[in-house]
Amino acid sequence: MASTIADKLFLDRFNVDETSHLRIIDAKICMEDCREQPCLYICPANVYKLEDDRISVNYEGCLECGSCRIGCPHLNIDWRFPTGGFGIRHKFG
Amino acid sequence: MKESFEVAIVGAGPAGISAACKLADHGVTPVVFERGEFPGAKNISGGVLYGHDLGRIIPDFIDRKCPVERNIVESRLWYLNKNGGYSLSFRDTVFQDDLRYNVFTVGRAKFDRWFADQASRKGAVIVCNTVVTDLLRDKNGQVTGVRTDRPDGDLKADVVLLADGINSPLAAQTGFRPEPAPEHVALAVKEVIELPEETIEERFNVKEQNGVTIEILGDITRGMNGVAVIYTNQKSLSLCIGANLADFSAHRIKPYEMMEAFKEHPMVAPLIKGGRSMEYTAHWLAEGGYDHIPDLCGNGYLIAGDSAMLFNALHREGSNLAMISGAYAAEAILEAGKNKDFTQQSLHGYVRRLENSFIFKDLKKYRRFNTFLQKHKEIFTTLPEGFSFAAREMLTVNGVPKKEKQKTIWRNLRKNHSLTDLLCLCWDALRSV
Repeated sequence: MASTIADKLFLDRFNVDETSHLRIIDAKICMEDCREQPCLYICPANVYKLEDDRISVNYEGCLECGSCRIGCPHLNIDWRFPTGGFGIRHKFG
Repeated sequence: MKESFEVAIVGAGPAGISAACKLADHGVTPVVFERGEFPGAKNISGGVLYGHDLGRIIPDFIDRKCPVERNIVESRLWYLNKNGGYSLSFRDTVFQDDLRYNVFTVGRAKFDRWFADQASRKGAVIVCNTVVTDLLRDKNGQVTGVRTDRPDGDLKADVVLLADGINSPLAAQTGFRPEPAPEHVALAVKEVIELPEETIEERFNVKEQNGVTIEILGDITRGMNGVAVIYTNQKSLSLCIGANLADFSAHRIKPYEMMEAFKEHPMVAPLIKGGRSMEYTAHWLAEGGYDHIPDLCGNGYLIAGDSAMLFNALHREGSNLAMISGAYAAEAILEAGKNKDFTQQSLHGYVRRLENSFIFKDLKKYRRFNTFLQKHKEIFTTLPEGFSFAAREMLTVNGVPKKEKQKTIWRNLRKNHSLTDLLCLCWDALRSV
């Protein structure tokens, strides 16, 4: 059974768009002003990862729940749906 | 494609498709925009649907080969601590015959596709692979159509129905429904675990095509206001676990790690043993309740289903509220269409229908339920163990008189909870339901 998040995401089918539908508006805010950085925890697909100098966005595995958009205390994430037909495609739902 | 339609619907989920069916039944051809590759490609629910409400849209849904997973004959409620917990269940043969399909499980990728196909056969136009990015408005603010991410982008419509679910950047962008606050949604993750049919039937003590649902509370959500479920499908189990999004932020708990701990719980592990994970998904539940329902219609638009916060958390009713609200929206559109007047006032029949229905009556009744759970976190922190201590104590045969055991149980409960706390919990609980 899939136990890690990587295993879990590997089960899903994605039609990955060339450009990201998620964008951190101001990278400085994440590193300088955001103490909580909840995106690193609440994202069910572990899209956001803390790097040395920034938070990286691995949009390819996004499950499109929207939690990071409203959960970001600085509303610093520009979030749109992937272009029509792209993104996750449920097998069972 | 035509350049204009009388009605444009955003989202081919239960609300949008129900509206499309009703409209098509009455000779109006709606266009439904779906951002997924097919209807259902983006949709999830725990997985139960209700025959009564689906029957209001498609009366002969069984004859039309609705993709039912299992007919639910037993509902269980678990209250868990770390090692085990309480289980309460109800089963009745009436759910196998007279009340068959009262509740049944579905996989939304299949169901929504089937449902949209019914609407297509009635004449609705379903356009997939298309995100509605904005609404067109005239100088008076009346909605006059939709803007999409297709090359030939805009489409005129007399009226637009927003049925695009709880996560709706469109609703937030247009201001028709403000972005929900983190405490007004729950984030749930779902894992579908494949098992042989016979294994499921053996483990849940059901005959073929019948199934069981389990709703679970306790410290499985690690002190957060949340819930888990296990639903039986034909050849798989749906496991969902979720909690209030504000709680997730505050507790810094990763949803997928919580799912893993849930799968390892001693009450859960034997049910999924030997299974193979098939899919992992995530979605919000609309938990704002009655007090956060937005204006349901305005000049040239209406909002239905999850997008309108129509969700009854206590009774796990959402998809059916979406269907009925979608159908009511269609009726109001048909009514307003007689005079070609789609102003807010003219569309008000939608709100009137909802107010007179079980939807508003139920949501009003439970308007305090989410705040009750948010306030009384002891339900998810100390009480699971407190109550388990009580049962363990009473069930342990060790020569200690029962009266003494009762005293021990009470003392143990009082370690973490004052009498006032407990009375307050009971009082708030009664008021919330």
